[in-house]
Amino acid sequence: MSETALLESEIIVTRRESAEGWLRDAIENFGQKGVNWSRKYSLFSYPFVTACCGMEFMSVSGPRYDIAQYGAEFPRFSPRQADLIWIVGTISQKQAPVLKRVWEQMCEPKWGIAFGACASTGGFYDNYTTVQGADMVIPIDVYIPGCPPRPEQVLDGLRLLQNKIKTESGRVMV
Amino acid sequence: MAQFVLDQLCKHFPEAVEETSAVHGNETAYIKRDAILEVAKYLRDDAALCFDMPIDCTALDWQDQKPQRFEVVYHIYSTTLKHRLRLKIRLDEKDIETPALTQIWKGMNWHERECWDMYGVVFTGHPKLKRILLYEEFEGFPLRKDYPVEGRQPLIEMRDTATVPTEKEITPEMLNRP
Ligand code: SF4
Repeated sequence: MSETALLESEIIVTRRESAEGWLRDAIENFGQKGVNWSRKYSLFSYPFVTACCGMEFMSVSGPRYDIAQYGAEFPRFSPRQADLIWIVGTISQKQAPVLKRVWEQMCEPKWGIAFGACASTGGFYDNYTTVQGADMVIPIDVYIPGCPPRPEQVLDGLRLLQNKIKTESGRVMV
Repeated sequence: MAQFVLDQLCKHFPEAVEETSAVHGNETAYIKRDAILEVAKYLRDDAALCFDMPIDCTALDWQDQKPQRFEVVYHIYSTTLKHRLRLKIRLDEKDIETPALTQIWKGMNWHERECWDMYGVVFTGHPKLKRILLYEEFEGFPLRKDYPVEGRQPLIEMRDTATVPTEKEITPEMLNRP
C-alpha cells in the first residue's frame, strides 16, 4: 500500500468511527435525555401526608401556587402508580414500617422528597416517638426545610428534583 | 361555685377525703384509693351533684416524692349543673393500682388506657387495658420521669444517614439552582 493510500484509509477510518460514534451518541444520549426530560415533567406523586405540613402541601397543589405547571399535579393514592413520594409531616416510630412498605411498593425509577423540618430531621420532636428524619427509613433526594415550608420553597425543591432527574446526578439537594 | 360539692363530699365521706383545696376556682379533692369507686358513684348519681361527664384522666410523676410517687388525676363535669371537680388519688410506686372509673363513666375508657400507656398506672376492672397510642412492642412508660430522653425503640432497622451532608458540609454547588 502506498503512503498516500494508507493516509487516506486512516482518515476514512477515523471519519467513519467518529461518524458512528456521533450517531450512537445521538441515539443513546438523545434517547436518554428525552426519557429524562419526559420523566421530569410527568412526576406522579404520592403524598404521604401525616401532619400539619399537609396544609401547606394543599396550598401548593391548589390553584394559587399551582404545582401543575411543573407537571407534578397528579396525585396517585396508590404507591404502585407513583414515582415520587412526598413525605409531608412527622414520621412516628409506629409509622416507620408503613412508610417503608409504601416505598417498597413503588416502581423504579422513584424519588423521594422530605417536605418540612419534621420529615427532614425530626424537627423539634426529639423524643421517644419520632423518627429523626424520614431518611432513616427511606432514601431522600431533596430536603425542603421550613416549619412548614413556604410554597415557593416547595416549588424550588421540585425544580431541584427535576434538575436532578435531568442530569441524573446522585447528589442530595437541600 | 363547686365549693358546695366539696362540702357535700366531706360530709358524706369524711374518711375517704384526704384533703381538699380550691385555688382560682379549681376545686380539688384528694380521695383515698380504696374509696374512689364509691365516691365516683355518689358524684354521678346524687341529684344535687350530677357529674355526668368525664373530661380527662391523667397522672403526675413526682419522682422524688417517696413512696407516694404517682398521682392519678380525674376531671369531671356536670352538663346540667355546670360545675367541675378534680379528683386526685395518690399511689405508691410499688403498688401502682387503682380501680378503673370506666366502670362509672364509660367515657373514661380511652383516657385510662392512655394513662396506662404513658405512666403505667394499672386500672383494675378496666375492660381493655392495653396500649392505645404506642405500639405493643414498646417497653417502659415514656412519660415517667425516669424514662431516658434518648430512649428510642424503632420497629424497623434504621438506615445509616452518615452520607447525608450536615449543615456545615453543604457546598454552594449543592445549592445551585437549575
Ligand atoms: S415541619 Fe412544622 S408544620 Fe411541618 S409537620 Fe413538622 S411541625 Fe408540622
